Amino acid sequence: MTTILKTHDLSIAFGGVIAVDQVNIEAHDNELIGLIGPNGAGKTTLFNLLTGVYQPTSGTVAMFDGQRLSEMNGLPPHRRAQQGMTRTFQNIRLFTSRTVLENVLIAMTISSPAQTVGALFRTPKFYQQETDKKQRALALLAMFDMANVADELACNLPYGQQRRLEIVRALATKPKILFLDEPAAGMNPQETQALTELIQQVQTQFKMTIILIEHDMNLVMAISQRVYVLEYGKVLASGTPSEIQQHPAVIKAYLGEEI
Amino acid sequence: MDRTHLKYTLSWAGLVVMLFVLIAVMTIFDVIGQYGMTTLVLIGINLIAAVGLNLVIGMSGQFSLGHAGFMAVGAYATALIASAIPNIGGFILSLVIGMSVSGVVALLVGIPTLRLRGDYLAIATLGVAEIIRIVIINLKITRGPAGIFGIPNFVNWQVIFGISVIVIALVVNFVRSTTGQAIIAVRDNEIAAASLGINTTKYKVIAFVIGAMLAALAGGLRASFIQSVSPQDYTFMQSITILIIVVLGGIGSMSGTVVTAIILGVLDVILQNFGPLRMVIYAVVLIVVMIFRPKGLLGTSELSLKKLLFDTGDSHDNHSKNA
Repeated sequence: MTTILKTHDLSIAFGGVIAVDQVNIEAHDNELIGLIGPNGAGKTTLFNLLTGVYQPTSGTVAMFDGQRLSEMNGLPPHRRAQQGMTRTFQNIRLFTSRTVLENVLIAMTISSPAQTVGALFRTPKFYQQETDKKQRALALLAMFDMANVADELACNLPYGQQRRLEIVRALATKPKILFLDEPAAGMNPQETQALTELIQQVQTQFKMTIILIEHDMNLVMAISQRVYVLEYGKVLASGTPSEIQQHPAVIKAYLGEEI
Repeated sequence: MDRTHLKYTLSWAGLVVMLFVLIAVMTIFDVIGQYGMTTLVLIGINLIAAVGLNLVIGMSGQFSLGHAGFMAVGAYATALIASAIPNIGGFILSLVIGMSVSGVVALLVGIPTLRLRGDYLAIATLGVAEIIRIVIINLKITRGPAGIFGIPNFVNWQVIFGISVIVIALVVNFVRSTTGQAIIAVRDNEIAAASLGINTTKYKVIAFVIGAMLAALAGGLRASFIQSVSPQDYTFMQSITILIIVVLGGIGSMSGTVVTAIILGVLDVILQNFGPLRMVIYAVVLIVVMIFRPKGLLGTSELSLKKLLFDTGDSHDNHSKNA
């Protein structure tokens, strides 16, 4: 089991508020980790620190680069994505003016060689590459039952499908670690069920590490191999789902103390 | 697959040739006259500049008010170099140098300013254009506020027609390329684009530099055609003239830009007959269009020969229009 992501005393302060406070977490390859905690616990802030949207006040993030864990501090989000970290967002961020297919194609930008000259003069090689890319994108969409909506504008999809597309688009970058920020937010039970199956499908077919923020406890407990609980920016507890469910500190954080 | 692409390319080429022949016939039978010819050339020049600006505003979503400054760079490059080497080679060299200088200036300006957003970027680019203009006024080599006269003319309507067609074709192809799509992705959602590995600043700068180079090309052609340049030609109002074309046509629609550049050029000719009322009518037209078509004449959609001529109900790939 290789450690693929590791933080060391990761902290960020906004003025006097310490949103993430000396967090040490690690993730192994092909592991599904749940990240839970009350509202305002710092879960999304931790995601932003891991993916490079924020730079930490102190502490480090390190990611496995094939040989060893290398530090990622100072790298902007697009550099981290190129190294295999990608994410979805709590509030969906699709390229709304583009079609479903184009959303996926754009995500393939980093893995496909730039063809600027070929594109300008429309060489046969350009068409060949475009066709290849399109086929790969369609195959990926087909895998998640979205090939039939490939030509729809992304903004016209129903909510559950938009969430789905965001995950498929993230997969198109061929990530090593996928961060899912509240993928089930606002979903009805059927959509949540479909999402659960989707996440499991991603993990078995793509063999990647997934870190998941979610408030839907049924979902988290059903699919996570390990769970971290965050409160007031600190890691309160970690362990398997059943350990977490019995952990006194977690119960206290969620339900309060008995009087 | 290649055959269908060829079909669209040939249809567009056919359309272009037809338009060329139409104009040629009109000149032979003297339908448009000398004044009409001049208008035609100026339409083409505005069109090239506007296509460049649409790449910046429409495709990359960065609001630039500094287009005139980059046009001035190209215009003065042509004025100086084509006057020194008064042959076609010198003229082409002057265009290339003008575009290169303009591109470098845009690169230097773009890297810090494209971190700004919206209004702030507009003001920063406006400032850059003013700086360029004031530098030109104060330099000896550019002969200050009087400008440069007697620039040799290598531009006629055929040249402008050819260059416009090439520019439009290249820009449309560029927008469809991986780089172009990445630029649009940055416009649609910068944070999401970054999370997918797209270097957002880089792509914004690329669009800005290409836009500036096209502005310089337009400026160089204009200098040669009018045979004079002066700093007054490249004030804020020139930026606005180009901006109006882009906004009226529909921000993000290249065909909208082309159509509007032509319509406004023709409108300008028609309104000559109205004397002082001209600017009033022009303004009214702008307001009316903005009320009834707030997203511009074409919005964000493109004219597509494919849809017009070959629509067989199979809409599987609706993005292969070739200019």
